[in-house]
Parts: sequence; structure tokens; C-alpha cells
Amino acid sequence: MTAAPAPAPAETIAPGEPLLSARGVSVRFPVGSQLAARIRHEENVLKAVDGVDLEIGRGEALALVGESGSGKSTLALTLAGLQPPSSGEIRYGSRKLPARRSRADQRRIQMVFQDPYSSLNPRLTVGGILRELLRVHHVVPRNEVESYSKTLLNLVGLGEEAMAAYPRQFSGGQRQRVAIARALALRPDVLIADEPVSALDVSVQATILNLLRDLRGELGLSLLLISHNLAVVRHLCSRVAVMYLGRIVEIAPTEQLFSSPQHPYTRSLLAAIPKLTEGMGDDAPALRGDPPSPLAIPSGCRFRTRCPIAQERCEREDPVLETGAPDHQVACHFAFADGGAAREHEQEDPS
Amino acid sequence: MTESGSTGSTGPAGPDQAGATGPVLEVRDLHVQITSRSGVVRAVDGVSLEVPRGEAMGLVGESGSGKSMTLRACLGVLPAEGKVTSGSILLDGVDLVPMGQRDLNRIRGPKISMIFQEPMSALNPVVRVGSQIAEGPQVHLGYSRAKAKERAIDLMRRVGIPDPERRFRAYPHEFSGGMRQRVMIAIALSCDPEIILCDEPTTALDVTIQDQILRLLARLCRDSGASLVFVTHDLPVVAQICQNVAVMYGGQIIESGDVRDVLLDPRHPYTLGLVRSAPDFEYVRESLVPIPGSPPSLVSPPAGCRFHPRCEFVEEDCKVTPTPLRPLPGGRATACLHWERCLEAVAADKASQ
Repeated sequence: MTAAPAPAPAETIAPGEPLLSARGVSVRFPVGSQLAARIRHEENVLKAVDGVDLEIGRGEALALVGESGSGKSTLALTLAGLQPPSSGEIRYGSRKLPARRSRADQRRIQMVFQDPYSSLNPRLTVGGILRELLRVHHVVPRNEVESYSKTLLNLVGLGEEAMAAYPRQFSGGQRQRVAIARALALRPDVLIADEPVSALDVSVQATILNLLRDLRGELGLSLLLISHNLAVVRHLCSRVAVMYLGRIVEIAPTEQLFSSPQHPYTRSLLAAIPKLTEGMGDDAPALRGDPPSPLAIPSGCRFRTRCPIAQERCEREDPVLETGAPDHQVACHFAFADGGAAREHEQEDPS
Repeated sequence: MTESGSTGSTGPAGPDQAGATGPVLEVRDLHVQITSRSGVVRAVDGVSLEVPRGEAMGLVGESGSGKSMTLRACLGVLPAEGKVTSGSILLDGVDLVPMGQRDLNRIRGPKISMIFQEPMSALNPVVRVGSQIAEGPQVHLGYSRAKAKERAIDLMRRVGIPDPERRFRAYPHEFSGGMRQRVMIAIALSCDPEIILCDEPTTALDVTIQDQILRLLARLCRDSGASLVFVTHDLPVVAQICQNVAVMYGGQIIESGDVRDVLLDPRHPYTLGLVRSAPDFEYVRESLVPIPGSPPSLVSPPAGCRFHPRCEFVEEDCKVTPTPLRPLPGGRATACLHWERCLEAVAADKASQ
């Protein structure tokens, strides 16, 4: 792997300062008839992301996990500049990114999508896809476009002959490699991968996960991985943020989160993972019920309707994300209390 | 494969059908061919399996391994281009392959039923869910409308749909993914079948909902004594719900046996490859080991062992000798000629943990 693409045009970021950060970001979508809502004095607004603060450091691999509908993909789109936030701001270093980003800013943050079948233009060859991108963004001089494209394909483990092929001629795993090459073509600082392997077969997933990990090491990329598969997260990421109904409810270094989860939702999520070594007992499911609709978020703590340790206080007070241990933040009234009161509650509760 | 580690808690608890003692479903040397533009695809190529009464059997493999086609052949719902060319599918000793649609309709529901991956496309979007659940008992069990409705509401309650009397009149689009899958399960159970075929029933669901659905399925099958065939590509899911597992590759079963024996101590390099390539939550490897190459073409599959072009233990005889499934001690079976090589690899893996 020679001649790896250099990062995007350098911008000085003070050491210790996060590379990319979200501050109080909310994304709301109007649904249904807004007129009827105004007449009835209701709010027909879907809060996909509801006040999120998140920081990604240079070279860091951060995971965003949660059930479908928790707002993780919307947050990713917002960070990538594909979805303007309703309120709050996205910062690159200390500079606030405007709603309409400049080409240079677009280049810095690139995305890889879940479905490589629908995210590549079927009418262009792989060479064509890369050529278009490189010319629009003037990444390399025109006479180097060809050789740079080949370098990119080598970087993601595809041969130069891939240049002349159409996306349909590739398998799912190879298409995902093309998608990664396309994202890397612009020499981004941050790569956002939204469920990059969940559409792929198990034996192919491994190659893409290894590739993402190697690329991160070689290019010093920051990675934001969105996944519902916690095994994948554990393999790739050093820090994990857990989302529930548009909020981050817990954020911690990976091993700390998995060994001592503090939020009851995180604990349920971990308990629900099927394990190879043991069969299912006859006990109750890790978590009952479906997530509430983001159109009607419960008062107080939004997890209280499914929480095994919910109390009266949870209905009244919305817990804020608080630091309980170094680098470990939780939004639960009972987190870290008396060395883990939440855990004792759980043991008392037979379900 | 009839002997397994199942204890009283997982064994059949429900009443056995009169006089039935053998396996509830027995597939013998099944061949399914699909005619396509590129030629005849041998989607299922000599699959034999037995599903013991009251037990759950897993069928795992990647896309294109023939696991779904095997399942569809059992229900007689192959795609229009597909056809069973030889072999037999015995349900309670009766062969389903030569049966016509009329006869098949009589057994679909009361004898055998199916749960699909995508409930939104398997349910009728313009019929109330209650009516869809009540249809089976009316047609097959001769229930009156009122009695069938009563049964549907009871089933909805048993599968954990809140407020069943009101939700009876709801349409599928008013349900969440997990609730829709519960409706599918209620339909599958509505005529007390002896065996339920599940085609990736939890793949489209979140992990928390998957956990709920798996527990529900396990409990309902234990209560009713129904057997399960569970098709999935997700190895840990199989380990949760099944006692036995068969691993498919290129239209054939290449390994079978007790689920934990097979997945924790494989005797076929393909199974070993699957286990090594999947990120495991309990054990984080330094690097995942992908299986090189890609699955074989089923129009012109490789000679000898179908896995040999991708196999790390390949020898000359693998390229020519056909590899039927051969029994091993402990109720297991493998198609690998050199399965002993897996023992060393598994031992090396264990040592590095």
C-alpha cells in the first residue's frame, strides 16, 4: 500500500481539541398536516435527534449504536452536512460549519452507506465514478486522475481492471470496497460508515471490517461507525455512544461500556445479544415492548416506559448526560449511585 | 441426529400426534433446480435431513447456499422457475413432492406453516390482521366466524400483542416490525401445526426485538410441541434457539450435529471459516479471518468438494473425490475428507484466546 492519499488540505486544529463536534444538535421533521396541528394546538413534529452533543477526536474510532428509529443515521447525515440541523451547530475544530458547506468542507467528511447496490451509479464504470469526483473537486491534476484512481482501488484491495467495470459486475463486498474507495478519493479527515456491513454475508463482512480498520491505521482517519451489531462495534471502535429516541444516553470507552454499563438501556442492549456459547434460558426478554414513537416522546426520562428500574422521579425529571467516571457519561438518575445502585435494583427485580 | 443434548425442558412437552414416533419431517436426497438465463442452477443438490419431533433444527449458510430453497421446497412454494427434480420430502411419512396444490393446501396450516423474513410483504396489507389470523381456523379447522375470532384474539394475546380485542381490527401498517412478526407467528400457530418453517424471521429486527421474538418462538413451540426449522445466516441466533444445526454450502449440507458441538468445535473448514470470520461479541480477535474467494457457481459447481477452491486444507483428492456427508462419533456428520485438520486449527484458536 504505497502512495496512500494524504489528508485533505490541512487546517490547524489545536491539540486536544475535537476534530468534529456536534453541539446541542436537534433535527425535527414536520409530519402530517401542520395546519390541523396548529388548530388543535398540537405539535406534529418528529424529533429524530433531540439535543445531542458529540465529539470525535482526530484518528478516533467512535461507534453510534441504538435501535432503529433512535436517530443515529439522521445524526450521521447531519454531521456529514447532508441534513441541516433544526438547531445547534456542527463544528470542525473551533470553526462552525455553515448550513451550506464549501467544497473544501464537504471533502473533509465522507460517508459510506449501508447498501452498496443503491449507493453507486449503475450507469457509470468505477473509473467513471472516481473520475467525476476527482475532477469536480480538483483533488489531483487532470493528468494524474487515472493513476490516482488506480492507487485508490489498490488501497481498498481491488485490481486496476476494476476501472472499466460497472457496479453490477461486482459482488456485494466488492461494491462496498468501491464505495469506500469513492469516499477516500477526496482524502477526508472523517469517514462516516452507516451500517457498512449489515447487507453483506458473514464471510465478506470480515474483509470489509479488516479493511476499515487497516485504512484507519494507515491514513489516520477518524471513523464514525453506525451499527446495530455490537460485536462489530467491539471489534473496530475505541469509544461507543448509545442512542435512544434521539438522545445519547451513555457514552464511554468500548471495553468500559461493555464491562460496566451504567444505563439500564445499555444493559438491556448487551443482554439481548445472542451468544454462541450459551443457549437461551427460560427467562424474560432483556427488554420488553417496542420503543415509543418519536412523535410522542415520554415525559421525564424517555426510557422510563421500558425501564426495569423506573421510579416516580423518572417521570418528572429528564436526566442529563453526566460524567460519572473518567470519559464515561450517562443520562440516568441511578447511574453510578453508591457504586452502582442501579445494578442492585436489577438483581432485586426477578424479571 | 435424533440424539441431542436436549433435556426435559427443551424436549417435546405437548401431546404427540397419534401413532407418530419418527421424525416429523424427513428430507431425502432432495434436488431442486432453477432454470435461469445463464443455465440450470442446481440450487439444492442432494440434501437429506431429519427434524425430530418437538425439536428445533437450524439451517445456516450464506446467501445462495440453498437454505431458503430447501425450506420453500418443503412447503411447495418454490419460485415459478424452480422445480424439485428428485428426492422426497416426508411429512409424517407422507411424501409432499408428488402432491398437487389442492392437497398441499390441505396440509399448509394444520400440519406445516411458515414464518417469513419480511412480515410486511408476507401479510395482506388490505385485510385486518385479526381476519388474517382467523382465516386458517375457519378454513382448516371448520371454526365458525365467532369461534375463529375468539381463537385469533387468544393467539394475539399469547404472542404478546397488547390490547388484542382492539388490535384485532387493525391493519398491518399500523404495527411495528416486531408486532408484525408476532402477527406472522400467530398466523403460523393458528391451526396447531406439527412443524413451523422459519426463514430468517428476526433478520430485519433490532437486537432487543429479536431477543423478544426468539424467546416467544421457543416458548410457544415448547408449549405446543411443534418442531421448528430455523433458517438464518446468523450463527449466534441458531445457538440460541436450536438443538441441532446443519451447515449448507453450494446447495449441499456440509456439516451437521448438535448446535454447540458444530459451532464451537467445527469439523468442516467452511464452518470453521464462518465462525472465524464473524466478529464475536464474547471474544475480540486481533483480526478477523475472512474466507478467501467467493461462493461457487451452482450452474457448473466445482468437481469434488465444492469448497475446495477456497479451502485452506485442500489436498489433491478434494478436487476429484465426491464428498457426501459421512457420520462421525457423537451424532455428528461432516462432508470433509480431512476433517481431522480442523481439530488442530480449533485447538490453535483456543490456545490463542
